Amino acid sequence: MIRSVLILSCIVTSPALAGEIWVTNEKDDTVSVISTETLEVIQTYPTGERPRGITFSKDFSRVYICASDSDAVQVMDPNTGEILHDLPSGEDPEQFVLHPNDRHLYIANEDDAITTVVDTETRKVIAQIDVGVEPEGMAVSPDGAIAITTSETTNMAHWIDTETKELFANTLVDSRPRHAEFVAGGTQLWVSSEIGGTITVFDVADQTEIAKIEFEVLGVHPDRVQPVGFEFTADEKTAFVALGPSNHIAVVNAESFEVEDYILVGRRVWHMDFNGDKSQLFTTNGVSGDVTVIDVASRTAVKSIKVGRFPWGAAYRPTE
Amino acid sequence: MGRDLAYSVIAGLMIGAAAQAEVALHVGYLSVYEDLPPTLSNLDPEPDDIGIAGAMTGLEDNSTTGRFLGHSYTLTTAILEEGDDPLAAAAALLGETSFVIIDAPADDLLAIADLPQAADALLFNAAADDVPLRDDACRANILHTMPSVAMRTDALAQMFLKRRWDDLVMIAGTHPQDTAYADAMRHSLTKFGLELAAEKTWAFDADMRRAAAQEVPLFTQDFGDYDVMVIADELRDFGRYVLYNTWEPRPVAGSEGLTAVTWSPVIEQWGAAQLQSRFEDQHARDMTGQDYAAWAAMRSLGEAVTRTDAADVATLRAYILSDAFELAGFKGRPLTYRDWNGQLRQPIALAHPRALVAQAPLEGFLHQTNELDTLGLDRPESNCEAFQ
Repeated sequence: MIRSVLILSCIVTSPALAGEIWVTNEKDDTVSVISTETLEVIQTYPTGERPRGITFSKDFSRVYICASDSDAVQVMDPNTGEILHDLPSGEDPEQFVLHPNDRHLYIANEDDAITTVVDTETRKVIAQIDVGVEPEGMAVSPDGAIAITTSETTNMAHWIDTETKELFANTLVDSRPRHAEFVAGGTQLWVSSEIGGTITVFDVADQTEIAKIEFEVLGVHPDRVQPVGFEFTADEKTAFVALGPSNHIAVVNAESFEVEDYILVGRRVWHMDFNGDKSQLFTTNGVSGDVTVIDVASRTAVKSIKVGRFPWGAAYRPTE
Repeated sequence: MGRDLAYSVIAGLMIGAAAQAEVALHVGYLSVYEDLPPTLSNLDPEPDDIGIAGAMTGLEDNSTTGRFLGHSYTLTTAILEEGDDPLAAAAALLGETSFVIIDAPADDLLAIADLPQAADALLFNAAADDVPLRDDACRANILHTMPSVAMRTDALAQMFLKRRWDDLVMIAGTHPQDTAYADAMRHSLTKFGLELAAEKTWAFDADMRRAAAQEVPLFTQDFGDYDVMVIADELRDFGRYVLYNTWEPRPVAGSEGLTAVTWSPVIEQWGAAQLQSRFEDQHARDMTGQDYAAWAAMRSLGEAVTRTDAADVATLRAYILSDAFELAGFKGRPLTYRDWNGQLRQPIALAHPRALVAQAPLEGFLHQTNELDTLGLDRPESNCEAFQ
């Protein structure tokens, strides 16, 4: 009886596509590669200093890593772990987003109040845009027309026209905005505010606020409930939101903006990514130094995987 | 040629800003000269620009944000020297602006707040940690970004209790600052159900740089056994010579050893590394607690201007004291003001010179409204009536 239950649960959580979750370890100067099949660390590669943001090229042949204290974006061959070259990134690159053209990286330079745009082919900086103090969250609309930088101390989302590389709007949000994502076909922009404890949802057409999502974790003081990274399910009907030092992931109904569930994960949960068919979610837990695997359908944490010190970013790549 | 070019760029920026600068906030910074007695060691000279440097970093943060909103910020500083009249200088500054950040001893601060020119002003106390300023001597026109000494001693008392270091002794200096610290420590220990097993007064006049190894073991021998030795030496005169010279091998806390501080270069969590490096780039030194208090005052004003689109005293004061206000102060949780005495609520760092040990309020110290109110004068304890 017990055995059959175990087998069943294996089948339920077994991913349709083989793949890997790449995790940057901020205080170890490494990336850990987790197999989405075995849920084990299968590789650890050295990187530059203080790796944070991580993303793959469209064909997954390159992985870009923000090596913040090396003042560079590193380009790695994900099949070998070899650093191919560094891209100029401006000072202290923290997060970035790859434009749908697969060529332009929009990089937040945290120490410099600048967003740097780098051409990954020519390896040249093509623009630097003045934004608010401590830029962090980066997003680009699905059609590539708009890029977003959020600034942590200025408390704004800065709207960048990717044609002219100029700001066309600046919208205030609650304290310490951390992460931004376009959803609903690019008609909505979601921005999380860590210290404000909220997510602001904007109408992209006129940059007005549609909704503000608040969180409440039983037994945790509201001051410690700090939304940071978030991701959406394939149908975009559900958002998973990392709540930092409250050690929980919130499950948000993206249509009603209501919080439906809270899932206990590791300590200081920061960013996350899904596996290929989005049946599993992998969260980085900075203080406990591990990654929690969440079964998306049942909204339960199924496993913790030890990685390096201060895991920060996570990115998925298929291997078949 | 180079200079001409630079000039035109600045002018261009200014025209750009002026075109949309609907709101302009002018802030004053007043530093009153305080004559402090000499200390045995010259290891820690106080920076000339202490406090002002923090205000300038805050000004820069505000201006960057203001750029996107058509808000502009300016700062005038008045640094007084020995013999200058604080009241005359304050009156002059208040003629220019109603927003003044002040680094002054408590008596001068109160005299400034009671000037007729300050009646409708908003002053920030960014230096004085005296408890009475938050108690019966409070003024409705003073907000305090510097934590009171009671907030700092409460933080240490929480630490002692949490670690079960309940057998405590204290050595206190004789300067008024030392006495005030020792009083606050006794009060904090009582508040958290602790007490001092023994106390001694530091009254040596030998040069401890040479004599500490002989004198301190003998001086501390009759304390017997204890868990922690508390040092009340707020001028940083003798405390440094007590460490590692005590008769019993026990930790030292208080003004030396494990200290409870407003800010410290060892704070790097909660995004603090960014503020530290911004400050260091601008001023070529570490950020101190007094710099932090001045920064927080400037940023409180900036945050209020950003959210209210106004620059008048009534609007900004009301917003700062309201529930809507929150300052992201790089201490891991939003900072707000106590609307009963104007004190900025803030976590207190428990640190030694090499690392942050803990941050108060420590886990488990609960409060019915806000855990930060376990530090310093809580609403029922404060006799401040000016805010009612």
